[in-house]
Amino acid sequence: MSAHNDSARDEVEPVDLSDPKLTRFEVYKEGLRRDDIEIIHYEPRFPKPGTKTEKRMERIVSGLFLLSGLFATLFVVAYIWWPWEYEGAATWQDPQTWYTPVLGFTLGFSLLFFAVGVLTWAKKLLPVEELVQDRHDGGSSTDDRKIAESTVDTIVEDMGLRRRPFLVKTALLAAAPLGLAAVAPLGALIKDPGDMYTVTGWNADKYNDGNPVGIMMKDGALVRPDMVSAGGQITVYPAIDHGATNQFPTAPVLLIHLREEDAEILRGNLYPMYQDVDALWGNFVAYSKICTHVGCPASLYEQQSQRLLCPCHQSQFNVVDNAAPVFGPATRHLPILPITVNDEGFFEAKSDFLVPPGPAFWNRPSLPEEDEK
Amino acid sequence: MKRRKGSSDSLLTKAGGELDDRFKLAGPARVLFNKVFPDHWSFLLGEIALFSFILLLLSGTFLALFFDPSMVEVTYDGAYVPLQGVDMSRAYESTLHLSFEVRGGLFMRQMHHWAALLFMASILVHMLRIFFTGAFRAPRETNWMIGIVMFWLGFFEGFFGYSLPDDGLSGTGLRIMEGMTASIPFIGPWASAALFGGQFPGTTVIPMLYIIHVFIFPLLLLALITVHVALVFIQKHTQWPGPGRTEHNVVGFRMFPNYVMKQVGFMLFIFGVLAAMAGLFQINPIWLFGPYEVSVVSSASQPDFYVMYLDGLIRLFPSWELRIPPYFTLPPVFWPGIVGMGLSVMLPLLYPALERRFTKDRGHHNLLQRPRDNPGRTSLGMMVVVFWIIGVISGGNDVFAEKFHISLNAMTWAGRIGLVVLPIITYYVTYRICLGLQQHDREVLAHGLETGILMRDPNGRFYEVHQPLAEPDEHGHTELEYNGWVVPKKMNRVGALPPQDKGFFKSIEEPSENGASSHEEIESGKH
Repeated sequence: MSAHNDSARDEVEPVDLSDPKLTRFEVYKEGLRRDDIEIIHYEPRFPKPGTKTEKRMERIVSGLFLLSGLFATLFVVAYIWWPWEYEGAATWQDPQTWYTPVLGFTLGFSLLFFAVGVLTWAKKLLPVEELVQDRHDGGSSTDDRKIAESTVDTIVEDMGLRRRPFLVKTALLAAAPLGLAAVAPLGALIKDPGDMYTVTGWNADKYNDGNPVGIMMKDGALVRPDMVSAGGQITVYPAIDHGATNQFPTAPVLLIHLREEDAEILRGNLYPMYQDVDALWGNFVAYSKICTHVGCPASLYEQQSQRLLCPCHQSQFNVVDNAAPVFGPATRHLPILPITVNDEGFFEAKSDFLVPPGPAFWNRPSLPEEDEK
Repeated sequence: MKRRKGSSDSLLTKAGGELDDRFKLAGPARVLFNKVFPDHWSFLLGEIALFSFILLLLSGTFLALFFDPSMVEVTYDGAYVPLQGVDMSRAYESTLHLSFEVRGGLFMRQMHHWAALLFMASILVHMLRIFFTGAFRAPRETNWMIGIVMFWLGFFEGFFGYSLPDDGLSGTGLRIMEGMTASIPFIGPWASAALFGGQFPGTTVIPMLYIIHVFIFPLLLLALITVHVALVFIQKHTQWPGPGRTEHNVVGFRMFPNYVMKQVGFMLFIFGVLAAMAGLFQINPIWLFGPYEVSVVSSASQPDFYVMYLDGLIRLFPSWELRIPPYFTLPPVFWPGIVGMGLSVMLPLLYPALERRFTKDRGHHNLLQRPRDNPGRTSLGMMVVVFWIIGVISGGNDVFAEKFHISLNAMTWAGRIGLVVLPIITYYVTYRICLGLQQHDREVLAHGLETGILMRDPNGRFYEVHQPLAEPDEHGHTELEYNGWVVPKKMNRVGALPPQDKGFFKSIEEPSENGASSHEEIESGKH
């Protein structure tokens, strides 16, 4: 890679550094020469030092620095003494409303003034310069490569890597399980998913000693049919310990009280598996609230079109047709929770969901019933 | 104390001598001080990411003093009245505490979030600059790949970061991540159970994301940033073609004092902008979202912008589920979520190798290309940009639908069709624009500049006078070679009619007071 050393810098003679007559700049230029740098253009920004324009520029820069210091001081003062404690509904007239904006304004402008000061200094006061440096691209010299090659060869030879293949093989053989041993502790994270996708809080055997699970609202109140008027809907949870918390992420259910005509259509459309267990109670239907796409709550109920919409990815489900997906990326209906009303007049679940609610997962059994109309 | 004013130079010399005695610095320090950097505004985009990262480390350290990544259930009784008495996780409670009851806590939180957004945005823009100018070509493929890895580290660092407060919005994001994880063939449910310590959401995911967010990923990013910058140093920065610039030199200014001063100024500028934004513009008001509950979500649930394209793709993908009865299911989210993300990682990683293979160009390139000079690459890049933008828009299609009164389903269909059709159109249009720009460059080099002066010849024909850029031959043509850099397209680029006034507040029409002096400059060849 010497073909490109055609620049003028080869002609620049090295200077004798012991020469006492050398100026500072000549010594400096010798440094540049040694780094393969050539000055193309270099002149002071202000050829005559101390002119009016130069003084003015200096004043501007120092003014910016002083402003920066002033704003930094204001920031510290505001940080300490500006009333900041949040006290409920503050209006714009209360000083604490302005605490964060004041911090941003003062610190921001302090930094900006300093930045502009430094930049002005660099752009308006430093010498005008253009230099060119050799790139020395493309690997080391042939000598260096040759020496490095021989060095590596000597190391390989000293260790006998070629002469003692058995040693190498046994070392590799040991290294494989050692590498495995290094990552094996991560196995502590592995947990059997078990029935986490298929069993929900509505499972009587697992969570309620075999008794049917009641239906409650978030505050724990059990739900009666007269609590939802026709056309209305509420979100309900299994009436078990922590039933309304995130411990039962697939349990939330949207209990809808359909109007008579809508309920009639739904009864006509109902999948056989739901007909078999008599999943509706009167005009009430309970759909899993967890979207079958990736699990957001499909909670926007549009009464006019009888659609449930999931706001995350806009999957839409037809309420009067088993909540089958009608638009968007979801592929399966929202499972219906079979419900009834017990002797005390409260809703309860007849059983858990018949198919796993929530998003699909790799080993989700695809039941033929789901596709049935 | 007796030291006189004039001896400060010798003090510096003495300190330098003491240092050099110990660390032998004189040689390497000179090389560093003298190093030449090429100058162009577009070379500073990556710096924005670096400076944002520094601010992220600083503000993040402050947040870590007050944030508690615990999923223990507590009842809120802090200063924010609307949530008093609500059950929530300790993580959410401590974020509320940080926002309302820590002096300057909200300011720091907002600074951290804005810096994270700027970090990702500047990486993206920096990446586009590198791509469209061909700066990723040999010998810099390694650094391109490191950059891509850092983008994805930043992507997950950001996603994990805004998931930590365990608020209503971020919990929804984790819910979607769980759905994506569970869709992976064979390992899906097991991977999900490992990630969430059993069933989603569980109580272990926030502490796990916390240690990744504050330790593992920042450490990796720090290490990679060091290598990234070191490689730029060792391999020397690329430069634009131009007079005196070759593949074998660097034309520019010295590291000290010029480059360093501009960098320090630029860094403080970025800090200043972020500090002002942190104070003046609200971001991620988690107190409005409430704690995460699996049964609650609102519309307009958008992730941060760099995740939006992925969410958009998930929204657009049709409901195609592959069922292998009776045991297996491949949900639709697998394709955009897992395959889409995998391709977004792999394709950019491999692009330099692919381009090498298809163009059979194995040389080293230290001079950049103007996008127009490589229409194929530029058009491919624009295809990806358009694809990405449609993804981002679709990631917020519910908001667009609401604000512009468009049907939501129409937005989805427009996105689906656009995703397939628009990139193809973009490829064609970009290609034609590149060729057109190339042609115009060659035209000016051959025939000269359009002067805007219309002439009429004796036959009555009108023609425009062209100013040749060099001595023309008998046909009025000039044989100038295109050298890959800007060709002057206007007369004032070659010295005619320069702006009389550079002032910001004065009109150009106003006769300049120093018109005479600027005229002198033209004649002495400075313009």
